Amino acid sequence: MHELSIAYNLVEVAEKAAIEAKAIRVQAVYLRLGMLTGIVKDALLFGYDVAVQGTLLEGSQLVVEELPVIVYCAVCKTETILPDIQHFRCSLCNTPTGDIRQGKELELASLEVVDEAPDS
Amino acid sequence: MKPRILEITQGVLEKNDRLAQALRTRFKASEVYVINMVSSPGTGKTAFLEATLRMLIAEGHPAAALVGDLETENDAKRLARSGAAVRQILTGGNCHLEAEMIETNLQDWDLNELEYLFIENVGNLVCPASYDLGESLRLVLLSVTEGEDKPLKYPTVFNSAAAAIITKADLAEAVEFDREAALENIESVRPGMVVIETSAKKGQGMEQWLAYLKAQRQKQYPTAKAVVGVK
Repeated sequence: MHELSIAYNLVEVAEKAAIEAKAIRVQAVYLRLGMLTGIVKDALLFGYDVAVQGTLLEGSQLVVEELPVIVYCAVCKTETILPDIQHFRCSLCNTPTGDIRQGKELELASLEVVDEAPDS
Repeated sequence: MKPRILEITQGVLEKNDRLAQALRTRFKASEVYVINMVSSPGTGKTAFLEATLRMLIAEGHPAAALVGDLETENDAKRLARSGAAVRQILTGGNCHLEAEMIETNLQDWDLNELEYLFIENVGNLVCPASYDLGESLRLVLLSVTEGEDKPLKYPTVFNSAAAAIITKADLAEAVEFDREAALENIESVRPGMVVIETSAKKGQGMEQWLAYLKAQRQKQYPTAKAVVGVK
């Protein structure tokens, strides 16, 4: 699986942002994860603990917000949440729809950082 | 000191996406149509690609292929028999191709001399879905020997692809392939998806596939001329 390589990408992006903001340590990383990315949260959390070693993120917590798939139905003119990702149909009228409005996110949302070393 | 919150909102795969976008711009400038092929191991990507390359080249359409595998150059050797330029990308254990590998391996190829570039991804129905390679078309392949419920098991990859190719159709009867169920499952995870049933071995559906492919290239590059005159 590729969660470890995703975790390395995440740590790289997060560390760069933290350095640019002149933070010295990252306490928490907030990630938005769409259910249609195929990325497994638990595997990502596992990979994260490996990927943070030796970085400003070491010891930080990864907080994952899982986003359900939302599709738009042209008949109902409504966005609905899919109960599962095997059936792309409007939850109201059952019309098939592939108009995906949410669920592909793999985004670093925010970071919780500190600006001084803990013992200073 | 109190921690502070930094609002970021940035794609985790932003680096890959940026590289893929740069590749897409390059491909567009050369009017080369790029196909990213994904499937499980053993679906018959290489046989399908070999047949496709042979047909394109016989008709005078220059085509090339980049082939991703964990190990061995066997696939590149097989594909080279078609007469197309072929280069093997060894990922050394990596389960998918990334845009950077494409960029590195294009090296000295003159894209202006090509009409089609195929990228055969590593056999894997999970990981390749996340990585944009700058392709024009993502193709997912499914063989009749794999089971009709594959689309339901891997909805992400089916959803990230524009068209599905069913391979080894000549074996459908022998393995009691439930065609209706397979088509229904594809439609369920990706309503309106184009599906083409093929057999690279017997030639079934290959003309239809080629017609679809040429039409897609024409759609993307309406003013494109064939690089080598079509006979």
